[in-house]
Amino acid sequence: MTTPTAVALEDAKVAFRLGDGRVYTAVEKAHLAVAQGEFVAIVGPTGCGKSTLLNVAAGLLKPAAGRVRIFDQPLAGLNRDAGYLFQADALFPWKTALDNVAIGLEVKGTPRTEALSQAQKWLTAVGLGAFANRYPHMLSGGQRKRVALAQVLIRDPKILLMDEPFGPLDAQTRQVMGNLLLDLWSADRKAVLFVTHDLEEAIALADRVVIMSAGPSSRIIGDWRVGLARPRDIFEVRLDKEFHALHREIWSVLKDEVMKGYAQSTQAAEVV
Amino acid sequence: MSRTTLFALQVLVAVVGLVLWQVLSTVPVFGKILLPPFFFSNPVDVFSQIVKWFASGVIWKHLGITLAESILAFVIGSLGGVLVGFWFARQPLVAAVFDPYVKMVNALPRVVLAPIFALWLGLGIWSKVALGVTLVFFIVFFNVYQGVKEVSRTVLDNGRMLGMSERQLMQHVYWPSALSWMFSSLHTSVGFAVVGAVVGEYLGSAAGLGYLIQQAEGIFDVAGVFAGMFVLSAFVILIDFGVTLVERRLLVWRPAASDGRG
Repeated sequence: MTTPTAVALEDAKVAFRLGDGRVYTAVEKAHLAVAQGEFVAIVGPTGCGKSTLLNVAAGLLKPAAGRVRIFDQPLAGLNRDAGYLFQADALFPWKTALDNVAIGLEVKGTPRTEALSQAQKWLTAVGLGAFANRYPHMLSGGQRKRVALAQVLIRDPKILLMDEPFGPLDAQTRQVMGNLLLDLWSADRKAVLFVTHDLEEAIALADRVVIMSAGPSSRIIGDWRVGLARPRDIFEVRLDKEFHALHREIWSVLKDEVMKGYAQSTQAAEVV
Repeated sequence: MSRTTLFALQVLVAVVGLVLWQVLSTVPVFGKILLPPFFFSNPVDVFSQIVKWFASGVIWKHLGITLAESILAFVIGSLGGVLVGFWFARQPLVAAVFDPYVKMVNALPRVVLAPIFALWLGLGIWSKVALGVTLVFFIVFFNVYQGVKEVSRTVLDNGRMLGMSERQLMQHVYWPSALSWMFSSLHTSVGFAVVGAVVGEYLGSAAGLGYLIQQAEGIFDVAGVFAGMFVLSAFVILIDFGVTLVERRLLVWRPAASDGRG
């Protein structure tokens, strides 16, 4: 391999101590490497621990066993090379869109005027140049995601971690956001780890699609390379023959896990 | 309903109330006055008492004293509440140790503290300020404590991932969150600051609106008592209006969910 590995999870195991003292193993031995400039999507049924795995890569969560390496350095504490796009709203509600984006630079000690002018550029890049003075509650869900994207990208992280970032959005907005993401990403090709439950979204966006089994104690059960040409358009790539073939192939594996995950979640509900 | 009709109706309620009061306290119904003037006075007397206070200028001194006491109580109580609230929220051990005592003191009706404060701090403004502080402190304290504790987990993680240090998290996340909770209780805490001042004055003082009411009551001057009450209400409404203005300025970032108060 010539390109360096940006994120490497080496047999990472994630476990939580439950309130009653039992230990719940969310992820059992995940082994995954994301090369620099590579866009990897993790797909799995609900509750398979894919978000947990992302938190491990971010350093928000310590693995119970195994190692995390970031650019070949063992990760201690928070992952300072990574930007994290959350599933839920994570903007600071008391800051305007502009201030929300600028804060990433201000934290580093960039002078405020400089940070603000950079932030304005990023807001324009995500198509919100005219909304700089709005507070998050005055923006739509899609617009808030755009601000969040700008907030993360302005710091120019080497790694992008995304936890179902477009999950709460409607189908059309998701596709628009996907295209925006690909546009911004193609400019400097950061390493991306993108978690989603939507297989179509994963194939349309990523270079590699990784499938996880249903939880608990889930593991990685499949790894496909997506050969679709770039630059891609999310609307059109879905009509591609190769897309369909790949989708069918991955879905045949994923489907069983989705059914298992569904059965487990309903059973768990009955026990509770 | 249009604004003017609403306003007209609101005025109508006041007019009807005052007219009823005036008529029932001066005109006998079936040979009997329903509201004896000794107990109920009448609006004309009350109004002339208010006019007298303002014309002679005595009221300004009392208003000034009560205002000063309320402001001091509010500022000191809020400051204390914010500091202690922050401290407790960031140090769960301290909060756990002090929890029963905080609850105990908060459960105490603050009026019983008034004599003690009068003893400690004399009959001047500081015993009233102290009473107001004990009321304001707990409201602000509980709100700030809650505000710091209930910062959204995601927003906090986001701050961390954006590279914020503990100090920066304090400045950009905990502090604004706590402030927003504090401001949501602003109306209550300002009201309680006034309550503390007036109750303190009522129980022993040489000046202030509470003193004015208490004096009038002491000589069975019912008109004076009512006049004092009206001035006090007007005073509180004015302060509340000021608070609303401040709130609108400071909480622009909040969704207008609780806009029912118009």
